[in-house]
Amino acid sequence: MNWIAVSSIYKFEMTRFFRTITQSFVSPVLSTSLYFVVFGAAIGSRIQEVEGISYGAFIVPGLIMLSVITQSISNASFGIYFPKFIGTVFELLSAPVNFIEIVLGYVGAAATKALFIGVIILATAFFFVDITIQHPVWMVVFLVLTCVSFSLFGFIIGIWAGNFEQLQLVPLLIITPLVFLGGSFYSISMLPPVWQVISHFNPVVYLISGFRWSFFGAADVPILTSLFAIAGFTALCLAVIWWIFRTGWRIRQ
Amino acid sequence: MPDIVEIHDLRKAYSDGFEALKGVTLNIKKGEILALLGPNGAGKTTLISTVCGITTATGGSVKVGGHDTVLDYRAARSMIGLVPQEINLEPFETVMSTVRFSRGLFGKPKNAAALEKILKQLSLWDKKDTQIRALSGGMKRRVLIAKALAHDPRVLFLDEPTAGVDVELRRDMWEIVAELKADGVTIILTTHYIEEAEAIADRIGVIAHGELLLVEDKDKLMARMGKKQLTVQLSKPIDALPASLTSDTLALSPDGESLIYTYDTRAERTGITKLLSDVAAAGLVLTDIETSQSSLEDIFVDLVKEGAV
Ligand SMILES: Nc1ncnc2c1ncn2[C@@H]1O[C@H](COP(=O)(O)OP(=O)(O)OP(=O)(O)O)[C@@H](O)[C@H]1O
Ligand SMILES: [Mg+2]
Repeated sequence: MNWIAVSSIYKFEMTRFFRTITQSFVSPVLSTSLYFVVFGAAIGSRIQEVEGISYGAFIVPGLIMLSVITQSISNASFGIYFPKFIGTVFELLSAPVNFIEIVLGYVGAAATKALFIGVIILATAFFFVDITIQHPVWMVVFLVLTCVSFSLFGFIIGIWAGNFEQLQLVPLLIITPLVFLGGSFYSISMLPPVWQVISHFNPVVYLISGFRWSFFGAADVPILTSLFAIAGFTALCLAVIWWIFRTGWRIRQ
Repeated sequence: MPDIVEIHDLRKAYSDGFEALKGVTLNIKKGEILALLGPNGAGKTTLISTVCGITTATGGSVKVGGHDTVLDYRAARSMIGLVPQEINLEPFETVMSTVRFSRGLFGKPKNAAALEKILKQLSLWDKKDTQIRALSGGMKRRVLIAKALAHDPRVLFLDEPTAGVDVELRRDMWEIVAELKADGVTIILTTHYIEEAEAIADRIGVIAHGELLLVEDKDKLMARMGKKQLTVQLSKPIDALPASLTSDTLALSPDGESLIYTYDTRAERTGITKLLSDVAAAGLVLTDIETSQSSLEDIFVDLVKEGAV
C-alpha cells in the first residue's frame, strides 16, 4: 500500500474543505434551524407525539441523514469530478497508486466532511429539542457507515458524470426523493398499507429507521435488516468501483 | 547497459476505432535527450500517455527501467515524471501545496529541502505561496515541471514544454533540461520547434500518422541527410542558364540574379571547382558566394512528406 499517497490525497481534499470552512458549516446549521422552526415548532406543535416521541425530536435523525447523505454524495462526486474536469486527473492516472488508494483518499475525505456536518447538525438540534441517544455506539456506527457508503456512491457518480448537469442529476432526481420518502419526517407505520409495502423497496428507509432506533430504541424495520441493507449497499458500491478501475471506464481512454 | 525505456510494437486504437499508434518500437538510452518531432495529430502525446499509464495500450509492451508498465506499474511509474502538453492545474491551490501533493502521490516522504531546490531551480521559490491562478502562463508551465520533478524521476517526459513560451524562458528551459541531463535524468521531449531539437537533443525521432519514421543521432542525421547549397551571386541577371552549365544540381534563382548549386558535403568530389571554372568559361561575372547547410527543418519536412505518400 502507498499510504503516503492516500494521506496526500486525503489532506489535499481536506484543505479544500477547510478553505471554505464558513460556507461548509453555515449552510447546514442554517438549514437545520429552518427545518426545526418550520417542522418542529410550526407544524410539530399540531402533530401529536410519534411513537411516544415529540415530533421535534423525532425528525432529528432523519434531518441528520438527509444532510449527511446529500453531503456525502456531493463531496465525493465533486472531489473526483473536478480533477477530471480541469484535467489534473492525469496525475492520478500516472502515479504509482492503485484504485484502493485513490478511493481511500477521496472517499475518506468526502466521508469525513459529511461526518463533520452530521455532528454539527446534531449539535444544533440540541439547541432546539431535548434528545437522549439510547445507543450512542450504534448511532456512530450508522452515521459512519452512511457517510462511507454514500461517499462511495458519490464517487461513482463523479466518475460517471460527463458534465456538471449530470453531476447534479442523480442526487436531484433519485436521492432527494428517496430520502424525503424514506421516513425522514414521519414513521413508515403512519402511511397507508400500500405505501408501507412500496417503502420497503426504498433503501433509505432502512438507514433512517436504523439510525432512529439508535436514538429512541424504536424502528420501522428490524435493526439487523437495516445493518444488512447498508452493508449490502456499501458492498455494491465497492464492486462497481472495482469494476470501474479495472476497465478504466470513463477515466482512462 | 540496458535501455531505460523499451517500447515494443506499441499500438493504440481509441474507442472510436482510430489507430493513433500503429506499432511503435523505440528504445531510449539512459541519460540521453530524445526529441520527438511530428506534425499535429502524429501521435506524440498518445505515445507519451500510453507509456505513462494515462491511456491503455491496445497492443505491445513498454518497460521502464526493466519494469513492465502494466504488470509492474508501481515500480515503472515511480521512475517517470510527466509534464503534459495542456496546462492542467488547480487554480486555487498554491504552488507549494500542489508540488507537495505530487511528491506525496508518488509515495515519497516529505522533503522540504528537495522541493525548495526544485522551486529555486525553476525560479518559482518566491511564488511558492501564490495561488496558481495568479501566475503567468510560462510560470504555470514551470509549476508543471516542478510537479513532475517533485518525486525525483529518472525519466522525464516533456510534452511540448516550450509551446507558447517566450525566447528567454525557452533558453531557461533548455538550461534546466541540460542540468537534469547532468543529473543523469533521461529526457524525452516533443516539440514543434525544430531548432529546439537541433539545440538540445542527442537523438531525434520523427513520428507521423502513428508510425515512427526514423530515430537517429542528431549529428548523424544531419550529416547523412544534410545537403549544402552554394549560392553564386551574378553581377547581372540572366534569363536562362547557359547550355554549358545545365545540370541536375544547378538551378537559376527565380529573379535570375544567382545560381544555386546543391551538393553533398560527404561526397568524394563536391564539384565546386568545376562549377566555378565553368561559370568563368561561360563569361559570367560573380559578385558574391555564399554557402548554407540544410537545417533539420528541411529534413523533417522532407521526411513527413515522404511518409504521407
Ligand atoms: N481521446 C481520443 N479519442 C479519439 N482520438 C484521439 C483521442 N486523443 C487523440 N486522438 C487522435 O489521435 C491522434 C494523435 O493525437 P496526439 O494527441 O497523440 O497527437 P500529437 O502528435 O500529440 O499532436 P500535437 O502535436 O497536436 O500535440 C490524433 O489524430 C487525434 O485526433
Ligand atoms: Mg500532443
